[in-house]
Amino acid sequence: MLELRNVEKVVGEEVHIRPTNLVLERGTLNVLLGPTLSGKTSLMRLMAGLDVPTSGSVHFDGKEVTGVRVQDRNVAMVYQQFINYPAMTVYENIASPMRIAGKDKATIEREVRKAAGLLKLTPYLGRTPLNLSGGQQQRTALARALVKNASLVLLDEPLANLDYKLREELREELPRIFAQSGAVFVYATTEPTEALLLGGRTATLSEGRVTQYGETIDVYRRPGDLLTARTFADPPLNTVAMTKKGQVLHVDGEQAIPLPPHLGAVPDGEVTIAFHPHHLSVHPVSDASAMIPVKVLVSEIAGSESFVHVDYRGNRWVMLQHGVHDVEADSSMDVFLDSRHLMAFNADGHSLNMSSGGV
Amino acid sequence: MARITLDHIRHSYGPKPTEAKDYALKEVHHEWEDGGAYALLGPSGCGKTTLLNIISGLLTPSEGKILFDGTDVTNLPTEKRNIAQVFQFPVIYDTMTVYDNLAFPLRNRKLPEADVDRRVNEILSMIDLSDWAKRKAQGLTADQKQKISLGRGLVRSDVNAILFDEPLTVIDPHMKWVLRSQLKRLHRRSGFTMVYVTHDQTEALTFADKVVVMYEGEIVQIGTPVELFERPRHTFVGYFIGSPGMNIMPAALEGSAVVVGNQQIALPKRPAVACEARLELGIRPEFVQLARDGMPIAISKVEDVGRQKIVRASFEGHPLAAVVPEDTEIPADPRVTFDADALNLYANSWRVETGA
Amino acid sequence: MNKTWNNKAWFLVMPVLLLVAFSAIIPLMTVVNYSVQDTFGNNQFFWAGTDWFTDVLHSDRFWDALIRNLIFSFVILAIEVPLGILIALNMPKRGIGVPVCLVLMALPLLIPWNVVGTIWQVFGRVDIGLLGHYLRILGIDYNYTQDPVDAWVTVIVMDVWHWTSLVVLLCYAGLASIPDAYYQAAKIDGASGWSVFRYIQLPKMKRVLLIAVLLRFMDSFMIYTEPFVVTGGGPGNSTTFLSIDLVKMAVGQFDLGPAAAMSIIYFLIILLLSWVFYTVMTSQDAKS
Repeated sequence: MLELRNVEKVVGEEVHIRPTNLVLERGTLNVLLGPTLSGKTSLMRLMAGLDVPTSGSVHFDGKEVTGVRVQDRNVAMVYQQFINYPAMTVYENIASPMRIAGKDKATIEREVRKAAGLLKLTPYLGRTPLNLSGGQQQRTALARALVKNASLVLLDEPLANLDYKLREELREELPRIFAQSGAVFVYATTEPTEALLLGGRTATLSEGRVTQYGETIDVYRRPGDLLTARTFADPPLNTVAMTKKGQVLHVDGEQAIPLPPHLGAVPDGEVTIAFHPHHLSVHPVSDASAMIPVKVLVSEIAGSESFVHVDYRGNRWVMLQHGVHDVEADSSMDVFLDSRHLMAFNADGHSLNMSSGGV
Repeated sequence: MARITLDHIRHSYGPKPTEAKDYALKEVHHEWEDGGAYALLGPSGCGKTTLLNIISGLLTPSEGKILFDGTDVTNLPTEKRNIAQVFQFPVIYDTMTVYDNLAFPLRNRKLPEADVDRRVNEILSMIDLSDWAKRKAQGLTADQKQKISLGRGLVRSDVNAILFDEPLTVIDPHMKWVLRSQLKRLHRRSGFTMVYVTHDQTEALTFADKVVVMYEGEIVQIGTPVELFERPRHTFVGYFIGSPGMNIMPAALEGSAVVVGNQQIALPKRPAVACEARLELGIRPEFVQLARDGMPIAISKVEDVGRQKIVRASFEGHPLAAVVPEDTEIPADPRVTFDADALNLYANSWRVETGA
Repeated sequence: MNKTWNNKAWFLVMPVLLLVAFSAIIPLMTVVNYSVQDTFGNNQFFWAGTDWFTDVLHSDRFWDALIRNLIFSFVILAIEVPLGILIALNMPKRGIGVPVCLVLMALPLLIPWNVVGTIWQVFGRVDIGLLGHYLRILGIDYNYTQDPVDAWVTVIVMDVWHWTSLVVLLCYAGLASIPDAYYQAAKIDGASGWSVFRYIQLPKMKRVLLIAVLLRFMDSFMIYTEPFVVTGGGPGNSTTFLSIDLVKMAVGQFDLGPAAAMSIIYFLIILLLSWVFYTVMTSQDAKS
């Protein structure tokens, strides 16, 4: 169990990590989700012991490890770049952490074979990494992290430099491969879809702050604040400023939408309404669908689905539709908003939904 | 703006290619329309970069000719081809301001300063860097630098074609949405011929009118996003496009029905295939319907990805994925049906006409 | 960024610290000691205060040598840096030519200073030297032992021959780090050769150039062996640089006090000028 207690990191004038409390259990996959420079790597460096927090403490399995060097902790790390020993064979690369640990020959042989089997590297054991494809190089790095039998495994955007389809394959294998070892897994990514596919738990990061931590799907469905909702949305979240009065939501006195029951706790006044692109549609999907006139900016067809970028009173929205909807640019159309899935946030960005999560 | 003709082009990096496998790029013979948006899509090593370099003039093909608007440019160097290119990583002139970076290609061509100013300001507002115009390019973030690179590619109005080499690799997901739609809008408005190389299907499908799917040095299909999705010509296209990719299962023919394991699936008519051909049935996860009646499956995992669920199952011993809407209940005794229109039959990996 | 703390690291640094102490700090202290005392060589010392420093700073001999040094360093930099860049730009970027050029470039750097001196001393001699002989045949009245201009030219040519390679190698390394995409982008943007140099190559070479200029400045400012071997500081005092003067004073005349004072001044000048160079060149970096 890895525990961060009030961990903060300040370098010079810059705050890299704001005071953070986080408890990560063994045998779980924890996703750090946030855009570039949101603090994912900084947080991982603190977890690993590569950096010492400015204040606060790090605990592992109940023991304080705040000042302990990374060499003296049992940590494995995999980076976005494919980092292997270029002059060694794949076999030797995988074996290297065990050789350092002084394991006997038979154990090394057995563990290398096992890891290579899991990561589909068996045919390449005799090659050097530079003669492998990017995917195989990263598999080698992952295998090395695996045999180290570390209690904390940090994966910093490990699939970012791989081809789309290879990502899909490895992403499916990763949780399965690492699930058995009982270590704490931390996986940093910029992509919301990746977090959802990996499952497990997710901590969303924004400007050095963990905005929410919980079961991945919960964080996605019930964000505690607008920042979390924005971080965890791909395509981007659609928002619009509305006014709530009685049982109605409206924009500048027009466009009245009956207040859906789950927003019953919203006080009268200004609110920010947000919703995901797939809750906007060309046809009404239920009685709770509200018709909204918009201007079409451009439509993108992605085979099975279409992304229609629209403008509603200066707000840029994306509508995600199954099937092909090639709407002419700059034309007007009516779209339908499924009000059952609306999220409401107050001026401070806090969620006003009845069952929202949050920190 | 120009029509690009690829006339029997082949390329090999080795000195004396003798057989097909010596070619990094197998024969390409196509004509790309003036003002079209094309995407070259495929995994690394599929030859898409080779083809792009042949178009840009960085490589001279071992065989064949390349023509812009009917004029042979095969032996012309890059700078004489009048093209623009955006690279995978930001290429910017560190010591210049953002403004000067964008003005550079125009000033080099001795455009009047008033025109330069107009074009540059137009692009600046498009890439949303107007406030940064006077800043040195050096201190900017990777996102902003790549926007400058994109802007420099778009600033000239007289180019034959604009080439994009995986230009959104270093961009954050949210910014990708913005830049992609801006690029698309710009293409609609300007009518430039654009060629976009990527391994990311979403980028390729959303950007292009026609997607060129490449695999092992060969073009396996050129088609609209919808064609690639609904009628993949090759099992590779089925696998590579779509996420998850197409379900592909070994099959046999019995009359006009396909047989997978113990299940028979009717086809509209009996397809014409040689009897010794290796047959496979392809069905997209989007067209697998979860139902109470139909063919039995064993579900191994349900992935909730927010807006939809991906059901991973076993069908007659073969892995099968199904995509269902977010609020679908998974039945206790799960069964599936396949949309008849969405069935594709493959003989030796190539699609055969079934009348579907 | 504060890293994890590790006291063992100090043990690893210890040997180097000791070595530096013996090779630099202790001799330096000895020199300081000599510079403020007078001695007649029989281990009797008298306190002299700042007398030697005043003496040195008021002697024409010192200022003449200093100006010679400055001119020399300036000329050396003015020739070697542009020449080095030019050669680096024209070196092959790939193929068999690369190792050949690199080895050729590295050759002069591998020859010891005094051997370089001797080579050129013989090479330039009018009676038996190839260079001197042919210059004579061409009708040029060349004699570095008699003509101060010839002596200067010889020392400068020698230094250029010896050290331009260093600038070349550093610049070449800088150039090699520029991705091909930059050149391709420049071509597409219609950039001229000059623009490519001005906006791509020069900015990317800046860091290595800074190192090259610093190294060449410090080294040329301390030049000793080559002029000592070739001209011995002559004819007259025309190639007597600070270092040569210093040795003459200390070893030739046993004026240990003034020599010590002079070497401290010399040391401070190098320190100061290097610092000025460094700040001027890096401040441009910071501005952008």
